Amino acid sequence: MLMEELKIQFTELLPTISFEEGGEWLNAYVAPGELKSFVRKLRLQPGLDFDYLFCLTCVDWKTHFTMVYHFTSTIYRHNIVIKAKLNNDNPEIETISDIWRTAEMLEREVYDLFGIKFLQHPDLRRLIMPDDWVGWPLRKDYEDPVNMIKL
Amino acid sequence: MDVTDNNDRQKKFPGEIHETAGGGIVLSKLDEVINWARSNSLWPLTFATSCCGIEMMSVASAKYDFSRFGFEVARATPRQADVIIIAGTIVNKMAPVLRRLYDQMADPKYVIAMGACAISGGPFFYNTYSVVKGADHVIPVDVYIPGCPPRPEALLHALITLQGKIKAGLTREQIKENSYLNP
Repeated sequence: MLMEELKIQFTELLPTISFEEGGEWLNAYVAPGELKSFVRKLRLQPGLDFDYLFCLTCVDWKTHFTMVYHFTSTIYRHNIVIKAKLNNDNPEIETISDIWRTAEMLEREVYDLFGIKFLQHPDLRRLIMPDDWVGWPLRKDYEDPVNMIKL
Repeated sequence: MDVTDNNDRQKKFPGEIHETAGGGIVLSKLDEVINWARSNSLWPLTFATSCCGIEMMSVASAKYDFSRFGFEVARATPRQADVIIIAGTIVNKMAPVLRRLYDQMADPKYVIAMGACAISGGPFFYNTYSVVKGADHVIPVDVYIPGCPPRPEALLHALITLQGKIKAGLTREQIKENSYLNP
């Protein structure tokens, strides 16, 4: 499906959606509260069939966090990037691991390194860092006076 | 140790040959013969943690071929290896593994720190929560090669330097023992 057609479909599904221009893929911003119900429609709606979550990550912009989800359809081969802004004080968003099973590990990784809380996640533990680690190492304000020189 | 010195050590068999009728007699010190034999049969451990490993594989394969110098086959178990080439970044989670591999190697054992990461934590990742700033915090190192990654020739030079070091005298363990006996 062409980018313009996708845009029209998405706007029908979620009127509050906004698009970012200029990327190779279609970039869409969604409010964190609406994300889960929206992406569930992406997966289930015939003609969209976004059945593959191939990247789930997070960006720390210092003023806020942005969750980034890359979806593709193995049937139609169209892609979309969904972004959701989270506030700095209490970054949390609903898990999508019950829709795409692969999100379970990816969300654990994001939790491990950024400290984003995924609500209703079945097993939100650290993934890469040691279990007793304190802090979220990929946050911009992370400080480790023993191992890091402040630049 | 300069290069000529190094090359001399490569060529010479330690000791002298006295020609006699029907053959000859070799006079040598056993220690030196053992060191000569050891230095020409050093089997490296198959161990690499990042891009330096690719360069190490290149040195192992046909174009550079470190078996020409007695480094023969890379062994996949530390129990059969004589030298460990630390090729790549050592992170905090890898450090205990490296330590264990080193401990499992049979004496005498030798260590080469290959590249900037193994020497100091590296040009890119040193300012991080996760990187060990130099593999010599974990295990003792015999030869350091700078580079990112070092050229294959540089690794060969390090291997030959290690051979020179072995031929030059005592192992680290022997030096330690002697210092206990003659403080």
